[in-house]
Amino acid sequence: MTSQPLPGGGAASPRWGVLHRRPRLRLGLLLGPPMLWLGVLYLGSLAALFITSLWTVDPFGGNIERVWNLDNYRDLFTIDVYRTITIRTLLIAVTVTVIDTLLAFPIALYMAKVASPRLQRALVIAVLTPLWASYLVKAYAWRGMFASGGPLDDLGITPGYGLVATVVTLSYLWLPYMILPMYAGLERLPNSLIEASADLGATTRTTMRRVVLPVLFPAAVAGSIFTFSLTLGDYIAVKIVGGANQMLGNVVYDSFLTGNNLPFAAAVATIPVVTMVIYLGAVRRTGALDSL
Amino acid sequence: MSFSRATRGVLLVFTGFVLLFIHVPLALVVLNSFNISRTFEWPPPGYTTQWWSAAWDSEGARNAIVVSVEVALVATAIALALGTMAGLALQRFRFFGRDTVSLLIILPIALPGVVTGIALANAFLTMFGIELGMLTLVVSHATFCIVTVFNNAIARLRRLGGNLEEASMDLGAGTFRTFWSITLPMMRSALLAGALLSFALSFDEIIVTTFTAGQGIQTLPLWIYQNLFRPNQAPVVNVVAAALIVLSIIPIWLSQKLAGTDESVAAAR
Repeated sequence: MTSQPLPGGGAASPRWGVLHRRPRLRLGLLLGPPMLWLGVLYLGSLAALFITSLWTVDPFGGNIERVWNLDNYRDLFTIDVYRTITIRTLLIAVTVTVIDTLLAFPIALYMAKVASPRLQRALVIAVLTPLWASYLVKAYAWRGMFASGGPLDDLGITPGYGLVATVVTLSYLWLPYMILPMYAGLERLPNSLIEASADLGATTRTTMRRVVLPVLFPAAVAGSIFTFSLTLGDYIAVKIVGGANQMLGNVVYDSFLTGNNLPFAAAVATIPVVTMVIYLGAVRRTGALDSL
Repeated sequence: MSFSRATRGVLLVFTGFVLLFIHVPLALVVLNSFNISRTFEWPPPGYTTQWWSAAWDSEGARNAIVVSVEVALVATAIALALGTMAGLALQRFRFFGRDTVSLLIILPIALPGVVTGIALANAFLTMFGIELGMLTLVVSHATFCIVTVFNNAIARLRRLGGNLEEASMDLGAGTFRTFWSITLPMMRSALLAGALLSFALSFDEIIVTTFTAGQGIQTLPLWIYQNLFRPNQAPVVNVVAAALIVLSIIPIWLSQKLAGTDESVAAAR
Protein backbone atom coordinates (compact mmCIF):
# COMPACT_ATOMS: atom_id res chain seq x y z
CA MET A 1 0.00 0.00 0.00
CA THR A 2 1.36 3.37 -0.97
CA SER A 3 -0.53 6.04 0.82
CA GLN A 4 -0.10 9.74 0.96
CA PRO A 5 -2.36 12.59 1.89
CA LEU A 6 -3.93 14.45 -1.00
CA PRO A 7 -1.87 17.32 -2.43
CA GLY A 8 -1.45 20.08 0.09
CA GLY A 9 -1.74 17.94 3.18
CA GLY A 10 0.49 20.40 5.07
CA ALA A 11 4.03 20.01 6.29
CA ALA A 12 4.67 17.75 9.23
CA SER A 13 5.58 19.24 12.57
CA PRO A 14 6.20 17.41 15.82
CA ARG A 15 3.39 19.10 17.72
CA TRP A 16 0.76 17.76 15.35
CA GLY A 17 1.16 14.41 16.90
CA VAL A 18 1.82 10.94 15.70
CA LEU A 19 -1.39 10.71 13.69
CA HIS A 20 -0.56 13.70 11.60
CA ARG A 21 2.99 12.56 10.94
CA ARG A 22 1.86 9.13 9.92
CA PRO A 23 -0.89 9.41 7.32
CA ARG A 24 -0.70 5.68 6.75
CA LEU A 25 -1.62 5.04 10.36
CA ARG A 26 -4.50 7.50 10.04
CA LEU A 27 -5.68 5.71 6.93
CA GLY A 28 -5.39 2.35 8.65
CA LEU A 29 -7.44 3.49 11.63
CA LEU A 30 -10.12 4.97 9.39
CA LEU A 31 -10.31 2.05 7.03
CA GLY A 32 -9.84 -0.75 9.58
CA PRO A 33 -13.32 -0.98 11.12
CA PRO A 34 -15.32 -0.67 7.88
CA MET A 35 -13.03 -3.20 6.21
CA LEU A 36 -13.34 -5.58 9.13
CA TRP A 37 -17.11 -5.38 8.77
CA LEU A 38 -17.42 -5.50 4.99
CA GLY A 39 -14.19 -7.18 3.97
CA VAL A 40 -14.07 -9.86 6.65
CA LEU A 41 -17.64 -10.39 7.85
CA TYR A 42 -19.49 -9.74 4.61
CA LEU A 43 -17.02 -11.08 2.03
CA GLY A 44 -16.27 -13.93 4.42
CA SER A 45 -19.98 -14.76 4.53
CA LEU A 46 -20.16 -14.77 0.76
CA ALA A 47 -17.16 -17.09 0.60
CA ALA A 48 -18.67 -19.36 3.24
CA LEU A 49 -21.89 -19.42 1.25
CA PHE A 50 -20.00 -20.66 -1.76
CA ILE A 51 -18.26 -23.33 0.30
CA THR A 52 -21.59 -24.44 1.78
CA SER A 53 -22.96 -24.83 -1.74
CA LEU A 54 -20.37 -27.55 -2.29
CA TRP A 55 -21.68 -29.60 0.63
CA THR A 56 -24.85 -31.66 0.89
CA VAL A 57 -27.58 -32.40 3.35
CA ASP A 58 -28.09 -35.95 4.49
CA PRO A 59 -31.55 -36.90 3.28
CA PHE A 60 -32.77 -38.33 6.58
CA GLY A 61 -31.51 -36.17 9.44
CA GLY A 62 -31.35 -32.91 7.47
CA ASN A 63 -27.86 -32.24 8.82
CA ILE A 64 -25.20 -30.70 6.64
CA GLU A 65 -22.60 -33.24 5.52
CA ARG A 66 -19.26 -31.64 4.88
CA VAL A 67 -18.42 -33.76 1.88
CA TRP A 68 -17.18 -31.90 -1.18
CA ASN A 69 -19.25 -32.43 -4.29
CA LEU A 70 -21.02 -30.63 -7.10
CA ASP A 71 -24.39 -32.37 -6.64
CA ASN A 72 -26.26 -29.13 -5.93
CA TYR A 73 -25.02 -27.54 -9.12
CA ARG A 74 -25.80 -30.69 -11.07
CA ASP A 75 -29.38 -30.62 -9.76
CA LEU A 76 -29.63 -26.94 -10.55
CA PHE A 77 -28.69 -27.40 -14.18
CA THR A 78 -30.36 -30.71 -14.91
CA ILE A 79 -33.69 -30.47 -13.12
CA ASP A 80 -36.11 -28.76 -15.50
CA VAL A 81 -38.04 -26.72 -12.99
CA TYR A 82 -34.90 -24.94 -11.74
CA ARG A 83 -33.73 -24.20 -15.26
CA THR A 84 -37.13 -22.71 -16.09
CA ILE A 85 -37.13 -20.59 -12.95
CA THR A 86 -33.60 -19.32 -13.64
CA ILE A 87 -34.43 -18.32 -17.21
CA ARG A 88 -37.73 -16.77 -16.12
CA THR A 89 -36.01 -14.72 -13.45
CA LEU A 90 -33.35 -13.44 -15.84
CA LEU A 91 -36.00 -12.54 -18.43
CA ILE A 92 -38.07 -10.70 -15.85
CA ALA A 93 -34.97 -8.79 -14.73
CA VAL A 94 -34.16 -7.75 -18.29
CA THR A 95 -37.79 -6.76 -19.02
CA VAL A 96 -38.06 -4.72 -15.84
CA THR A 97 -34.79 -2.94 -16.60
CA VAL A 98 -35.91 -2.08 -20.14
CA ILE A 99 -39.34 -0.85 -18.98
CA ASP A 100 -37.77 1.31 -16.28
CA THR A 101 -35.27 2.79 -18.73
CA LEU A 102 -38.05 3.70 -21.14
CA LEU A 103 -40.27 5.17 -18.42
CA ALA A 104 -37.46 7.04 -16.69
CA PHE A 105 -35.97 8.71 -19.76
CA PRO A 106 -38.76 11.20 -20.61
CA ILE A 107 -39.49 12.19 -17.03
CA ALA A 108 -35.80 12.61 -16.17
CA LEU A 109 -35.29 14.73 -19.28
CA TYR A 110 -38.35 16.82 -18.55
CA MET A 111 -37.32 17.34 -14.93
CA ALA A 112 -33.74 18.26 -15.72
CA LYS A 113 -34.02 20.26 -18.91
CA VAL A 114 -37.54 21.52 -19.52
CA ALA A 115 -39.24 22.19 -16.19
CA SER A 116 -38.88 25.56 -14.47
CA PRO A 117 -36.77 25.45 -11.27
CA ARG A 118 -39.93 25.56 -9.18
CA LEU A 119 -41.62 22.73 -11.03
CA GLN A 120 -38.34 20.83 -11.01
CA ARG A 121 -38.27 20.93 -7.24
CA ALA A 122 -41.85 19.73 -7.04
CA LEU A 123 -41.19 16.92 -9.49
CA VAL A 124 -38.15 15.70 -7.58
CA ILE A 125 -40.33 15.42 -4.49
CA ALA A 126 -43.12 13.73 -6.46
CA VAL A 127 -40.67 11.12 -7.71
CA LEU A 128 -38.98 10.73 -4.33
CA THR A 129 -42.23 10.11 -2.45
CA PRO A 130 -42.62 6.49 -3.57
CA LEU A 131 -38.94 5.90 -2.91
CA TRP A 132 -39.52 6.60 0.76
CA ALA A 133 -42.77 4.65 0.87
CA SER A 134 -42.29 1.11 2.11
CA TYR A 135 -41.37 -1.60 -0.38
CA LEU A 136 -44.02 -3.89 1.00
CA VAL A 137 -46.65 -1.18 0.87
CA LYS A 138 -45.89 -0.57 -2.80
CA ALA A 139 -46.15 -4.26 -3.70
CA TYR A 140 -49.31 -4.41 -1.61
CA ALA A 141 -50.71 -1.40 -3.49
CA TRP A 142 -50.43 -3.30 -6.76
CA ARG A 143 -52.13 -6.30 -5.22
CA GLY A 144 -55.08 -3.97 -4.74
CA MET A 145 -54.79 -2.63 -8.28
CA PHE A 146 -54.76 -6.09 -9.84
CA ALA A 147 -57.34 -7.67 -7.52
CA SER A 148 -60.40 -9.19 -9.10
CA GLY A 149 -63.10 -6.61 -8.49
CA GLY A 150 -60.37 -3.95 -8.09
CA PRO A 151 -60.01 -0.73 -10.09
CA LEU A 152 -58.21 -2.27 -13.09
CA ASP A 153 -60.72 -5.10 -13.23
CA ASP A 154 -63.43 -2.45 -13.15
CA LEU A 155 -61.89 -0.97 -16.31
CA GLY A 156 -61.63 -4.46 -17.73
CA ILE A 157 -57.83 -4.41 -18.08
CA THR A 158 -56.46 -6.41 -15.18
CA PRO A 159 -54.11 -9.22 -16.13
CA GLY A 160 -54.82 -10.82 -12.75
CA TYR A 161 -52.08 -12.11 -10.47
CA GLY A 162 -49.28 -13.59 -12.56
CA LEU A 163 -46.09 -12.79 -14.43
CA VAL A 164 -47.42 -9.60 -16.05
CA ALA A 165 -48.47 -8.29 -12.65
CA THR A 166 -45.03 -9.23 -11.30
CA VAL A 167 -43.22 -7.35 -14.07
CA VAL A 168 -45.43 -4.25 -13.60
CA THR A 169 -44.98 -4.32 -9.84
CA LEU A 170 -41.21 -4.80 -9.99
CA SER A 171 -40.90 -2.04 -12.61
CA TYR A 172 -42.90 0.20 -10.32
CA LEU A 173 -40.80 -0.69 -7.29
CA TRP A 174 -37.45 0.07 -8.89
CA LEU A 175 -38.44 2.98 -11.14
CA PRO A 176 -37.07 5.72 -8.85
CA TYR A 177 -33.67 3.97 -8.88
CA MET A 178 -33.60 4.58 -12.63
CA ILE A 179 -35.08 8.08 -12.67
CA LEU A 180 -32.71 9.53 -10.08
CA PRO A 181 -29.34 8.69 -11.68
CA MET A 182 -30.67 9.75 -15.09
CA TYR A 183 -31.94 13.01 -13.67
CA ALA A 184 -28.66 13.64 -11.84
CA GLY A 185 -26.68 12.92 -15.01
CA LEU A 186 -28.81 15.26 -17.14
CA GLU A 187 -28.67 17.93 -14.45
CA ARG A 188 -24.91 18.04 -14.87
CA LEU A 189 -25.22 18.44 -18.64
CA PRO A 190 -24.95 22.20 -19.32
CA ASN A 191 -27.95 23.69 -21.14
CA SER A 192 -25.53 25.58 -23.33
CA LEU A 193 -24.44 22.31 -24.92
CA ILE A 194 -27.99 21.53 -25.99
CA GLU A 195 -28.43 25.09 -27.25
CA ALA A 196 -25.12 24.97 -29.10
CA SER A 197 -26.17 21.74 -30.76
CA ALA A 198 -29.41 23.33 -31.93
CA ASP A 199 -27.61 26.51 -33.05
CA LEU A 200 -25.25 24.43 -35.13
CA GLY A 201 -28.24 23.07 -36.96
CA ALA A 202 -28.81 19.72 -35.29
CA THR A 203 -32.34 18.38 -35.22
CA THR A 204 -33.89 17.36 -31.91
CA ARG A 205 -33.14 13.80 -32.86
CA THR A 206 -29.46 14.46 -33.50
CA THR A 207 -29.17 16.45 -30.28
CA MET A 208 -30.71 13.53 -28.38
CA ARG A 209 -28.37 11.05 -29.97
CA ARG A 210 -25.12 13.02 -29.88
CA VAL A 211 -25.49 15.18 -26.76
CA VAL A 212 -28.10 13.72 -24.41
CA LEU A 213 -27.54 10.02 -24.93
CA PRO A 214 -23.81 9.96 -24.07
CA VAL A 215 -24.67 11.48 -20.69
CA LEU A 216 -27.68 9.28 -20.22
CA PHE A 217 -25.96 6.01 -20.97
CA PRO A 218 -23.72 5.70 -17.88
CA ALA A 219 -26.61 6.94 -15.75
CA ALA A 220 -28.92 4.29 -17.18
CA VAL A 221 -26.25 1.67 -16.54
CA ALA A 222 -25.93 2.82 -12.94
CA GLY A 223 -29.70 2.58 -12.57
CA SER A 224 -29.82 -0.80 -14.25
CA ILE A 225 -27.48 -2.23 -11.61
CA PHE A 226 -30.28 -1.67 -9.11
CA THR A 227 -33.23 -2.63 -11.28
CA PHE A 228 -31.46 -5.77 -12.42
CA SER A 229 -30.01 -6.86 -9.11
CA LEU A 230 -33.10 -6.06 -7.07
CA THR A 231 -35.25 -8.05 -9.49
CA LEU A 232 -32.89 -11.03 -9.45
CA GLY A 233 -33.12 -11.25 -5.70
CA ASP A 234 -36.78 -10.51 -5.19
CA TYR A 235 -39.17 -13.12 -3.95
CA ILE A 236 -41.73 -11.11 -2.00
CA ALA A 237 -43.33 -9.18 -4.88
CA VAL A 238 -43.87 -12.35 -6.88
CA LYS A 239 -45.53 -13.92 -3.85
CA ILE A 240 -47.83 -10.94 -3.46
CA VAL A 241 -48.89 -10.41 -7.08
CA GLY A 242 -47.38 -13.33 -9.00
CA GLY A 243 -49.89 -16.04 -8.24
CA ALA A 244 -48.22 -19.44 -8.16
CA ASN A 245 -45.16 -18.33 -10.15
CA GLN A 246 -41.73 -18.67 -8.63
CA MET A 247 -38.51 -16.77 -9.05
CA LEU A 248 -34.96 -17.67 -7.98
CA GLY A 249 -35.44 -15.92 -4.66
CA ASN A 250 -38.37 -18.20 -3.82
CA VAL A 251 -36.23 -21.27 -4.43
CA VAL A 252 -33.48 -19.86 -2.20
CA TYR A 253 -35.89 -18.99 0.58
CA ASP A 254 -37.90 -22.20 0.41
CA SER A 255 -34.78 -24.39 0.35
CA PHE A 256 -33.38 -22.42 3.26
CA LEU A 257 -36.41 -22.35 5.49
CA THR A 258 -39.00 -24.92 4.56
CA GLY A 259 -36.79 -27.42 2.76
CA ASN A 260 -34.07 -26.99 5.35
CA ASN A 261 -31.50 -27.51 2.60
CA LEU A 262 -28.97 -24.77 3.11
CA PRO A 263 -26.36 -26.13 0.67
CA PHE A 264 -28.84 -26.19 -2.19
CA ALA A 265 -30.12 -22.71 -1.29
CA ALA A 266 -26.50 -21.56 -1.35
CA ALA A 267 -25.97 -23.06 -4.80
CA VAL A 268 -29.08 -21.30 -6.14
CA ALA A 269 -27.93 -18.00 -4.59
CA THR A 270 -24.66 -18.15 -6.53
CA ILE A 271 -26.59 -17.63 -9.79
CA PRO A 272 -27.51 -14.01 -9.04
CA VAL A 273 -24.06 -13.42 -7.57
CA VAL A 274 -22.28 -14.67 -10.66
CA THR A 275 -24.70 -12.74 -12.88
CA MET A 276 -24.12 -9.52 -10.96
CA VAL A 277 -20.33 -9.96 -10.81
CA ILE A 278 -20.24 -10.42 -14.57
CA TYR A 279 -22.54 -7.44 -15.00
CA LEU A 280 -20.56 -5.20 -12.66
CA GLY A 281 -17.34 -6.23 -14.35
CA ALA A 282 -18.80 -5.42 -17.76
CA VAL A 283 -20.11 -2.00 -16.78
CA ARG A 284 -17.04 -0.97 -14.84
CA ARG A 285 -15.53 0.47 -18.02
CA THR A 286 -18.49 2.75 -18.64
CA GLY A 287 -17.70 4.73 -15.50
CA ALA A 288 -21.19 4.01 -14.21
CA LEU A 289 -19.88 2.79 -10.88
CA ASP A 290 -18.50 6.25 -10.09
CA SER A 291 -21.98 7.72 -10.26
CA LEU A 292 -23.53 5.19 -7.87
CA MET B 1 -34.46 25.84 -23.65
CA SER B 2 -33.85 24.65 -27.12
CA PHE B 3 -36.11 21.64 -27.46
CA SER B 4 -38.89 22.17 -29.93
CA ARG B 5 -42.39 22.79 -28.71
CA ALA B 6 -43.53 19.36 -29.91
CA THR B 7 -40.70 17.60 -28.02
CA ARG B 8 -41.56 19.47 -24.87
CA GLY B 9 -45.20 18.56 -25.30
CA VAL B 10 -44.44 14.87 -25.72
CA LEU B 11 -42.14 14.92 -22.70
CA LEU B 12 -44.82 16.62 -20.62
CA VAL B 13 -47.41 14.00 -21.55
CA PHE B 14 -45.02 11.18 -20.69
CA THR B 15 -44.09 12.85 -17.42
CA GLY B 16 -47.75 13.12 -16.50
CA PHE B 17 -48.28 9.48 -17.36
CA VAL B 18 -45.33 8.32 -15.23
CA LEU B 19 -46.48 10.47 -12.32
CA LEU B 20 -49.91 8.86 -12.52
CA PHE B 21 -48.29 5.44 -12.64
CA ILE B 22 -46.28 6.33 -9.53
CA HIS B 23 -49.10 7.79 -7.47
CA VAL B 24 -52.34 6.04 -8.38
CA PRO B 25 -51.54 2.73 -6.59
CA LEU B 26 -50.53 4.59 -3.43
CA ALA B 27 -53.67 6.72 -3.59
CA LEU B 28 -55.72 3.54 -3.89
CA VAL B 29 -54.25 2.17 -0.65
CA VAL B 30 -55.08 5.39 1.19
CA LEU B 31 -58.59 5.46 -0.26
CA ASN B 32 -59.18 1.79 0.53
CA SER B 33 -58.25 2.40 4.16
CA PHE B 34 -61.61 4.22 4.39
CA ASN B 35 -63.46 1.65 2.28
CA ILE B 36 -66.37 0.28 4.26
CA SER B 37 -66.11 -3.04 2.40
CA ARG B 38 -63.94 -5.65 4.08
CA THR B 39 -62.87 -6.97 0.69
CA PHE B 40 -62.10 -3.56 -0.83
CA GLU B 41 -65.03 -3.58 -3.21
CA TRP B 42 -64.52 -1.16 -6.08
CA PRO B 43 -65.82 1.49 -6.32
CA PRO B 44 -66.16 1.72 -2.51
CA PRO B 45 -69.76 1.28 -1.43
CA GLY B 46 -69.20 3.62 1.50
CA TYR B 47 -66.58 5.20 3.73
CA THR B 48 -65.65 4.65 7.36
CA THR B 49 -62.85 5.37 9.81
CA GLN B 50 -63.45 2.18 11.79
CA TRP B 51 -60.39 0.40 10.29
CA TRP B 52 -58.14 3.21 11.44
CA SER B 53 -59.28 2.81 15.04
CA ALA B 54 -59.00 -0.98 14.72
CA ALA B 55 -55.43 -0.59 13.48
CA TRP B 56 -54.60 1.83 16.28
CA ASP B 57 -55.61 -0.87 18.78
CA SER B 58 -53.70 -3.64 17.01
CA GLU B 59 -51.20 -4.98 19.52
CA GLY B 60 -49.22 -6.86 16.88
CA ALA B 61 -48.66 -3.80 14.72
CA ARG B 62 -47.65 -1.67 17.70
CA ASN B 63 -45.09 -4.16 18.96
CA ALA B 64 -43.72 -4.60 15.46
CA ILE B 65 -43.23 -0.84 15.08
CA VAL B 66 -41.20 -0.73 18.31
CA VAL B 67 -38.97 -3.60 17.12
CA SER B 68 -38.46 -1.95 13.72
CA VAL B 69 -37.51 1.37 15.27
CA GLU B 70 -35.03 -0.31 17.63
CA VAL B 71 -33.38 -2.26 14.84
CA ALA B 72 -33.24 0.78 12.54
CA LEU B 73 -31.74 3.00 15.26
CA VAL B 74 -28.92 0.61 16.15
CA ALA B 75 -28.18 -0.28 12.53
CA THR B 76 -28.08 3.42 11.63
CA ALA B 77 -25.72 4.21 14.50
CA ILE B 78 -23.31 1.52 13.30
CA ALA B 79 -23.65 2.63 9.68
CA LEU B 80 -23.04 6.25 10.67
CA ALA B 81 -19.72 5.41 12.30
CA LEU B 82 -18.47 2.99 9.66
CA GLY B 83 -19.78 4.95 6.67
CA THR B 84 -18.18 8.20 7.83
CA MET B 85 -14.85 6.49 8.43
CA ALA B 86 -14.91 4.85 5.02
CA GLY B 87 -15.91 8.14 3.38
CA LEU B 88 -13.01 10.00 5.02
CA ALA B 89 -10.55 7.26 4.10
CA LEU B 90 -11.58 7.12 0.47
CA GLN B 91 -11.95 10.84 -0.13
CA ARG B 92 -8.91 12.12 1.77
CA PHE B 93 -6.38 9.46 0.80
CA ARG B 94 -5.11 7.87 -2.37
CA PHE B 95 -4.03 4.28 -1.92
CA PHE B 96 -3.71 1.03 -3.77
CA GLY B 97 -6.98 -0.87 -3.91
CA ARG B 98 -9.10 2.25 -3.40
CA ASP B 99 -11.49 1.32 -6.22
CA THR B 100 -11.86 -2.19 -4.86
CA VAL B 101 -12.75 -0.81 -1.44
CA SER B 102 -15.43 1.46 -2.88
CA LEU B 103 -16.83 -1.47 -4.82
CA LEU B 104 -16.88 -3.51 -1.62
CA ILE B 105 -18.91 -0.82 0.16
CA ILE B 106 -21.65 -0.81 -2.50
CA LEU B 107 -21.62 -4.61 -2.78
CA PRO B 108 -24.26 -5.26 -0.09
CA ILE B 109 -26.81 -3.23 -2.06
CA ALA B 110 -25.49 -4.18 -5.49
CA LEU B 111 -26.01 -7.85 -4.74
CA PRO B 112 -29.60 -9.10 -4.47
CA GLY B 113 -31.16 -9.14 -1.01
CA VAL B 114 -31.59 -12.91 -0.95
CA VAL B 115 -27.84 -13.32 -1.42
CA THR B 116 -26.94 -10.97 1.41
CA GLY B 117 -29.63 -12.56 3.54
CA ILE B 118 -28.69 -16.17 3.06
CA ALA B 119 -24.93 -15.49 3.14
CA LEU B 120 -25.18 -13.76 6.52
CA ALA B 121 -27.67 -16.30 7.90
CA ASN B 122 -25.38 -19.12 6.81
CA ALA B 123 -22.37 -17.43 8.38
CA PHE B 124 -24.18 -16.81 11.67
CA LEU B 125 -25.57 -20.32 11.86
CA THR B 126 -22.72 -22.48 10.58
CA MET B 127 -19.56 -20.38 11.08
CA PHE B 128 -20.24 -18.53 14.32
CA GLY B 129 -22.92 -20.82 15.76
CA ILE B 130 -25.06 -17.83 16.79
CA GLU B 131 -28.83 -18.22 17.03
CA LEU B 132 -30.75 -15.91 14.74
CA GLY B 133 -32.22 -12.99 16.67
CA MET B 134 -31.89 -9.30 17.39
CA LEU B 135 -28.09 -9.29 17.12
CA THR B 136 -27.96 -11.02 13.75
CA LEU B 137 -30.77 -8.81 12.46
CA VAL B 138 -29.02 -5.59 13.45
CA VAL B 139 -25.68 -6.73 12.05
CA SER B 140 -27.23 -7.63 8.70
CA HIS B 141 -29.12 -4.34 8.49
CA ALA B 142 -26.03 -2.30 9.33
CA THR B 143 -24.17 -4.08 6.52
CA PHE B 144 -26.37 -2.65 3.79
CA CYS B 145 -26.90 0.70 5.55
CA ILE B 146 -23.21 1.65 5.51
CA VAL B 147 -23.34 2.61 1.85
CA THR B 148 -26.05 5.26 2.32
CA VAL B 149 -24.03 7.14 4.92
CA PHE B 150 -20.86 6.60 2.90
CA ASN B 151 -22.42 8.08 -0.27
CA ASN B 152 -23.58 11.19 1.54
CA ALA B 153 -20.31 11.62 3.42
CA ILE B 154 -18.12 11.25 0.35
CA ALA B 155 -20.28 13.60 -1.77
CA ARG B 156 -20.00 16.29 0.88
CA LEU B 157 -16.25 15.77 1.41
CA ARG B 158 -15.65 15.97 -2.33
CA ARG B 159 -17.44 19.30 -2.47
CA LEU B 160 -15.73 20.74 0.58
CA GLY B 161 -12.16 20.05 -0.39
CA GLY B 162 -9.45 20.09 2.24
CA ASN B 163 -8.64 23.80 2.54
CA LEU B 164 -10.35 24.51 5.84
CA GLU B 165 -8.87 21.40 7.40
CA GLU B 166 -5.44 22.43 6.23
CA ALA B 167 -5.95 25.88 7.68
CA SER B 168 -6.98 24.32 10.98
CA MET B 169 -3.89 22.15 11.02
CA ASP B 170 -1.66 25.04 10.01
CA LEU B 171 -3.04 26.93 12.97
CA GLY B 172 -1.93 24.10 15.20
CA ALA B 173 -5.00 21.93 15.73
CA GLY B 174 -4.38 18.22 15.92
CA THR B 175 -6.05 15.51 13.89
CA PHE B 176 -8.93 14.95 16.31
CA ARG B 177 -9.42 18.62 17.06
CA THR B 178 -9.64 19.38 13.35
CA PHE B 179 -12.10 16.57 12.80
CA TRP B 180 -14.25 17.62 15.74
CA SER B 181 -14.30 21.38 15.11
CA ILE B 182 -13.99 21.59 11.33
CA THR B 183 -14.76 18.41 9.40
CA LEU B 184 -17.66 17.10 11.45
CA PRO B 185 -19.66 20.36 11.60
CA MET B 186 -19.29 20.77 7.86
CA MET B 187 -20.45 17.20 7.27
CA ARG B 188 -23.30 17.31 9.76
CA SER B 189 -26.25 17.86 7.42
CA ALA B 190 -24.95 15.33 4.90
CA LEU B 191 -24.51 12.75 7.65
CA LEU B 192 -28.00 13.43 8.96
CA ALA B 193 -29.43 12.96 5.48
CA GLY B 194 -27.49 9.70 5.18
CA ALA B 195 -28.67 8.55 8.58
CA LEU B 196 -32.26 9.34 7.66
CA LEU B 197 -32.03 7.26 4.52
CA SER B 198 -30.29 4.48 6.41
CA PHE B 199 -33.07 4.49 9.00
CA ALA B 200 -35.73 4.32 6.29
CA LEU B 201 -33.88 1.55 4.48
CA SER B 202 -33.65 -0.56 7.63
CA PHE B 203 -37.20 0.21 8.78
CA ASP B 204 -38.52 -0.91 5.42
CA GLU B 205 -36.32 -3.95 4.76
CA ILE B 206 -37.97 -7.34 4.44
CA ILE B 207 -35.90 -9.68 2.26
CA VAL B 208 -32.70 -9.80 4.29
CA THR B 209 -34.87 -9.63 7.40
CA THR B 210 -36.73 -12.85 6.58
CA PHE B 211 -33.37 -14.66 6.58
CA THR B 212 -31.66 -13.15 9.61
CA ALA B 213 -34.43 -12.27 12.08
CA GLY B 214 -35.13 -15.79 13.33
CA GLN B 215 -38.42 -16.93 14.77
CA GLY B 216 -39.07 -14.69 17.73
CA ILE B 217 -38.64 -11.27 16.17
CA GLN B 218 -41.28 -9.45 14.21
CA THR B 219 -40.46 -6.18 12.49
CA LEU B 220 -43.24 -4.11 10.95
CA PRO B 221 -42.59 -5.36 7.37
CA LEU B 222 -42.65 -8.94 8.69
CA TRP B 223 -45.93 -8.23 10.48
CA ILE B 224 -47.46 -6.78 7.30
CA TYR B 225 -46.21 -9.67 5.22
CA GLN B 226 -47.54 -12.29 7.59
CA ASN B 227 -50.96 -10.67 7.80
CA LEU B 228 -51.24 -9.78 4.13
CA PHE B 229 -52.87 -13.03 3.13
CA ARG B 230 -55.27 -13.24 6.08
CA PRO B 231 -58.65 -11.99 4.85
CA ASN B 232 -59.90 -10.92 8.27
CA GLN B 233 -56.78 -8.80 8.86
CA ALA B 234 -56.92 -7.15 5.42
CA PRO B 235 -58.50 -3.81 6.45
CA VAL B 236 -56.04 -3.35 9.33
CA VAL B 237 -53.04 -4.19 7.13
CA ASN B 238 -54.35 -1.72 4.60
CA VAL B 239 -54.57 1.03 7.23
CA VAL B 240 -51.00 0.35 8.35
CA ALA B 241 -49.91 0.58 4.71
CA ALA B 242 -51.83 3.83 4.24
CA ALA B 243 -50.32 5.24 7.44
CA LEU B 244 -46.82 4.37 6.20
CA ILE B 245 -47.50 6.18 2.92
CA VAL B 246 -48.69 9.29 4.75
CA LEU B 247 -45.79 9.13 7.22
CA SER B 248 -43.24 8.88 4.40
CA ILE B 249 -43.82 12.60 3.85
CA ILE B 250 -41.85 13.29 7.05
CA PRO B 251 -38.46 11.98 5.86
CA ILE B 252 -38.95 13.66 2.48
CA TRP B 253 -39.65 16.96 4.15
CA LEU B 254 -36.70 16.49 6.53
CA SER B 255 -34.26 15.59 3.80
CA GLN B 256 -35.35 18.60 1.79
CA LYS B 257 -34.71 20.73 4.85
CA LEU B 258 -31.32 19.16 5.51
CA ALA B 259 -29.97 19.60 2.04
CA GLY B 260 -30.93 21.27 -1.17
CA THR B 261 -32.69 19.37 -3.93
CA ASP B 262 -29.39 18.27 -5.46
CA GLU B 263 -28.16 16.60 -2.35
CA SER B 264 -31.43 14.87 -1.63
CA VAL B 265 -31.06 13.29 -5.04
CA ALA B 266 -27.53 12.21 -4.21
CA ALA B 267 -28.77 10.94 -0.88
CA ALA B 268 -31.40 8.77 -2.43
CA ARG B 269 -28.92 6.90 -4.51
